[in-house]
Amino acid sequence: MADVMTRVPGTAPRGPAPSGWSLSARQLRFWLTNYRRTWRGSIYSSVLNPVLFLGSIGLGLGTLVNRHGAAQLGGVSYLAFLAPGLLAAAAMETAVGESTYPVYGSVKWNKVYQAAVASPLRPVDIFHGHVLFVTLRLAMNCSIFLAVAAAFGAVRSAWMIAAVPVAVLTGLAFAAPIEAWAVTRTRDTSFTMIFRFFMIPLFLFSGTFFPITQLPAWLRPVAYLTPLWHGVSLCRALNLGTADLGQVVIDVGYLAVVAAAGLLAGNRCYRRRLYV
Amino acid sequence: MSAVSPLIRARGLVKRFGSFTAVDGIDFDLQRGEAFGFLGPNGAGKSSTMRMIGCVSPPSAGELSILGLDPVRDGREIRARLGVVPQDDTLDVELTVRENLLIYGRYFGLPRDVIRERTARLLEFVQLSDRADDQVDPLSGGMKRRLTIARSLINEPDIMLLDEPTTGLDPQARHAVWDRLFRLKQQGVTLVLTTHYMDEAEQLCDRLVVMDAGKIAAGGTPRELIERYSTPEVLELRFDPADHQQAAEKLAGVPAQRLEVLADRVLLYVEDGDSALVAVRALGVEPLASLVRRGTLEDVFLRLTGRQLGE
Repeated sequence: MADVMTRVPGTAPRGPAPSGWSLSARQLRFWLTNYRRTWRGSIYSSVLNPVLFLGSIGLGLGTLVNRHGAAQLGGVSYLAFLAPGLLAAAAMETAVGESTYPVYGSVKWNKVYQAAVASPLRPVDIFHGHVLFVTLRLAMNCSIFLAVAAAFGAVRSAWMIAAVPVAVLTGLAFAAPIEAWAVTRTRDTSFTMIFRFFMIPLFLFSGTFFPITQLPAWLRPVAYLTPLWHGVSLCRALNLGTADLGQVVIDVGYLAVVAAAGLLAGNRCYRRRLYV
Repeated sequence: MSAVSPLIRARGLVKRFGSFTAVDGIDFDLQRGEAFGFLGPNGAGKSSTMRMIGCVSPPSAGELSILGLDPVRDGREIRARLGVVPQDDTLDVELTVRENLLIYGRYFGLPRDVIRERTARLLEFVQLSDRADDQVDPLSGGMKRRLTIARSLINEPDIMLLDEPTTGLDPQARHAVWDRLFRLKQQGVTLVLTTHYMDEAEQLCDRLVVMDAGKIAAGGTPRELIERYSTPEVLELRFDPADHQQAAEKLAGVPAQRLEVLADRVLLYVEDGDSALVAVRALGVEPLASLVRRGTLEDVFLRLTGRQLGE
């Protein structure tokens, strides 16, 4: 029987502690290895989702809308109006999906996080590693969305390329705070509530399908507070060529602040959950 | 670090969860190359102690130094040199055996070729080479535990922490795990383990402490503890439940160092079990069954806490 150790125990070379970035990258690589099992299926839905929505609502319903309401939409086709909004909304959906059950399951089901926290990784690295993975997933899905939208003829401006990073940021403004919250959960029933009473209303009423000027006046301030509305309106302005610097600063700034607050909360929640 | 300084040093170590004190001021030293055990019933504070040593649970009070470092400040450096086998398996059951080691090796920042070479060696060591490319999910409990041991060795740790390494395994699987751990010990790997099995502690530990209700009740080598708190032999007697109490009272006349009346048995702590049995019969007491055995850590625990380990 060969020795298990190639050296005398206790003589390990001791270097400086690895940086947070390098530790987060190690957790990211776990998620990438994990993703190899499911990436094919996920690509299908990343393509199918925009095809179905842009086809049914953008083209189908859009034909009706174009006949009556082009002026309300700023003189563009409903498809060109809808596509950038849907891009931001799809980013939210990806973010919520990736930051609920995967996080909860890593603590409660397969205990990936408990395994990782026994290695040099700290809770904060485990959190950031997953946020990095969600960022990559968002970038992937948003790029695919943009390609599908282009194939539908919904892209009106080259600035629409800039809508991809905006949509990714929109996703992060959801992913970071939701992960912070999901890691603290002890039962998974809360997640269906999030989907039903949080994500779907935002999806429907944040200006994705119609301008929020159509909402009752008292409801509009609520829409302004949601990160999704900021993502939707900036992506749309980029596609329609109406974005100005002021809007970019306000929308990007708002999304960045929400994402940063989520990161701070997550650092704390992950530590409290994994260091008991 | 000098050669004589302990790998782990704890003084007055405390862990509290709200108003509950799980670990209540314990002292111990771990020397390089030894197998050190925490023996005690469930809830004695063993796992909380292990989590503090594993740098995933900040101590509430007291001193703790691991490899000469501070577990709160230097957690990353310390954990890089530990191998942890947790009480519940934390394997990724949807990945293969090999991928589990790959992922874990990466957590330690090891290059892929080093992980590949170690994986081959470690899987051979835990007798899982032929399952390397199978998913973990269908493996038996014993195989999963052996895989967890292999995984914990991927970084060639200075100290291995094993929290109840054989709890929940059938006897055959337990022996397979013990055999591997014994081989590691022979190779000079420092082991820290918790257990509530006295046979596990006796087989594997060079030195152990008996924990009860967050405190260390006694410490030493298994032999020392048995000599100090038990007798060379123990005479176990069983009676008809109806006569149990009455018989136990009569046994006070037998010359024994100590007499323990348990719910189902009476234990007589003596130098010589056979002559004690003769003395019992001379009193006119006839047990249903009798057994002469040597003193064990179970007796040590009973003596120290007034309870049985399994309770």
